[in-house]
Amino acid sequence: MNWVNAVIQGMLLGGQYALIACGLSLTFGVMRIVNLAHGDLAVCGAYLGLVLSSGLGVPVWVTLPLLLPAAFVVGMGLQVLLFGRALRHGVLAPVLVTFGLSIMIENLLQVAATSDPRGLNGGALTLASFHVSSGITVSWLFLTGFLTACAVLSGLQLLLTHTSWGRKVRATADDLDTARLVGIRVRPVFATVAGIAIATAALAGVFIGTIGTFDPLTGTDTLIFAFEAVVIGGIGSLWGTLAGGVGLGITQVVVGEVNQAYAVLAVNLLFLAVLTVRPGGLFASHQPAGEVLG
Amino acid sequence: MSRGARLKRDTAIGARDAEPSVTPVTVSRWSVTASAFTGLCLAAVVVLAAIPFVIGGPAEQPLITLLTFIAMASLWNLLAGFSGLTSFGQQAYIGIGAYGLYLVAEHGINPFGGIVLAAITAAVVALPVSALVLRLSGGYFAVATLVVAATLQIVASLSESVGGTTGVSVPGLAGYGDVLREALTYWATLVVAVASVAGVYLLVRRTFGLDARAVSSDPVAAASSGVRVRRIRLLAYLVAAGGAGAVGALIALQTLYVEPTSVFNIQYSVYMLFMVLIGGMGTIEGPIIGALVLFALQETLSAYGAWYLVIVGGLAVVVTLLASRGLWGFISERFGWSLLPVGYRVRQPPSAKR
Repeated sequence: MNWVNAVIQGMLLGGQYALIACGLSLTFGVMRIVNLAHGDLAVCGAYLGLVLSSGLGVPVWVTLPLLLPAAFVVGMGLQVLLFGRALRHGVLAPVLVTFGLSIMIENLLQVAATSDPRGLNGGALTLASFHVSSGITVSWLFLTGFLTACAVLSGLQLLLTHTSWGRKVRATADDLDTARLVGIRVRPVFATVAGIAIATAALAGVFIGTIGTFDPLTGTDTLIFAFEAVVIGGIGSLWGTLAGGVGLGITQVVVGEVNQAYAVLAVNLLFLAVLTVRPGGLFASHQPAGEVLG
Repeated sequence: MSRGARLKRDTAIGARDAEPSVTPVTVSRWSVTASAFTGLCLAAVVVLAAIPFVIGGPAEQPLITLLTFIAMASLWNLLAGFSGLTSFGQQAYIGIGAYGLYLVAEHGINPFGGIVLAAITAAVVALPVSALVLRLSGGYFAVATLVVAATLQIVASLSESVGGTTGVSVPGLAGYGDVLREALTYWATLVVAVASVAGVYLLVRRTFGLDARAVSSDPVAAASSGVRVRRIRLLAYLVAAGGAGAVGALIALQTLYVEPTSVFNIQYSVYMLFMVLIGGMGTIEGPIIGALVLFALQETLSAYGAWYLVIVGGLAVVVTLLASRGLWGFISERFGWSLLPVGYRVRQPPSAKR
């Protein structure tokens, strides 16, 4: 048993969770939608990666230039066709619509791809690793996943703070009506945000599929992990999401080191504990998630 | 000049007050149709109660499924439709009810009487859980309830005393013959279904119903008008949890086996959502219609496996976007029907009409 190793592996795993969670955080922060199909869309990304990489006979990384734009377009389409319309029907409608979408995706995947677990061809990266010291071996794949998560989060942060698009997004997130009043066209902003969120989900799905296996029902667990990372880190804070994901990953691996059966239970209990102590999350920059007066 | 004009107008109003021109109206909840329909419902319950004597076994199985659907839909409607709490984790309490029934039956209590204890157990478990999840709202509440259900499923599958992942079979039923056991299960399901529909109906006709709908549409405004938001949400959550516990106990009695992956299945939430959406959220009639639709779909399409659930999910999306008030909302708007009214209607008495 090696605790330092467990913490390092947990941190790297946490990068995965943060990568899935940042799209969820973004969609909620800007459009006030909790996309319950987010995990299923990540799994769709993994399946698309499987189809492309086995069709072209190349590692899945090579297909990313095709896969990510496709996911971006799908995200925009979903926003225009479903989420945007649902928002006009009040606060409950997006919850119901995304849950319905999640049921549809899971069962369509069962029809199309059966419920056999699959894995993705990650090329030479899959098995490569390097020794840090005795007892600590870091997989290049996990490290790439973690660094990708950091890069995506930094990139998003830069886009949001330093571009005119980012200013529009932040203004819309702060106050939709005022943003409209000052002439921001909200629909394209929403569509691009949804596109980016789904593209990051698909990227996360590719990592899930390369590191482990996936099946049509992986999406629900993925959603739960992503959601826990968002809440633990604090809603509306991208770096908080990374910290939340890392916290989850470390808890999972360290407890799993003691007893594998308790790993996921520990993660859920950590989430419920944070919810009890600090419902706004540990690194909250905004108010708690719709806490109610009274 | 203006003062004179105002005085004149005031006098005119005063003169009108002396001889009121406002037509008197009556405010009533009941109509002839509603009374007739309530009578019809009571008659239907009597007929349903007599089924084991008249037809017996072949009619009981499908009716048990339908009545379980009706109970689930009515209870979820109390949560999501009236109180705005879209929980996707009610399977947590279905699971607790099922395991609760196993535990009381194992301690020698009659399983059929144990349904009540299972419901109470579920409500007791819901109390601490509510302190966590009711801090959240909307989608966050939905996923948090999902996490609670997932956590309880893991706890159940780690507890060797209730059979771990393999599960346990319900004891205490060996003394009953198959025919009697099925009939008793049927009656128990009928009682739970009627109690759910009638209970929700009577609850939302009280001030609670008005408060709950206020909380659902705008919690801040409701709180500032003196509605005790937390208490309303807590009551709805506990009642729905207790009811789900009773449904879970019934499911254990029907399958005679309790297993973590089946009793904590998210499928139950899918069904509840579908029935309430299709039928019409926030009405008493809607969930019953939704239950009939789901029952019909299941009877005709369940052979197609996953496609059946694709259709269920797709219909939920389409109905939310295109007909957000569901089938019953459409019908009652079109024909002005209200068979089980929860609001009041203002009418002119026939004598006042000219």
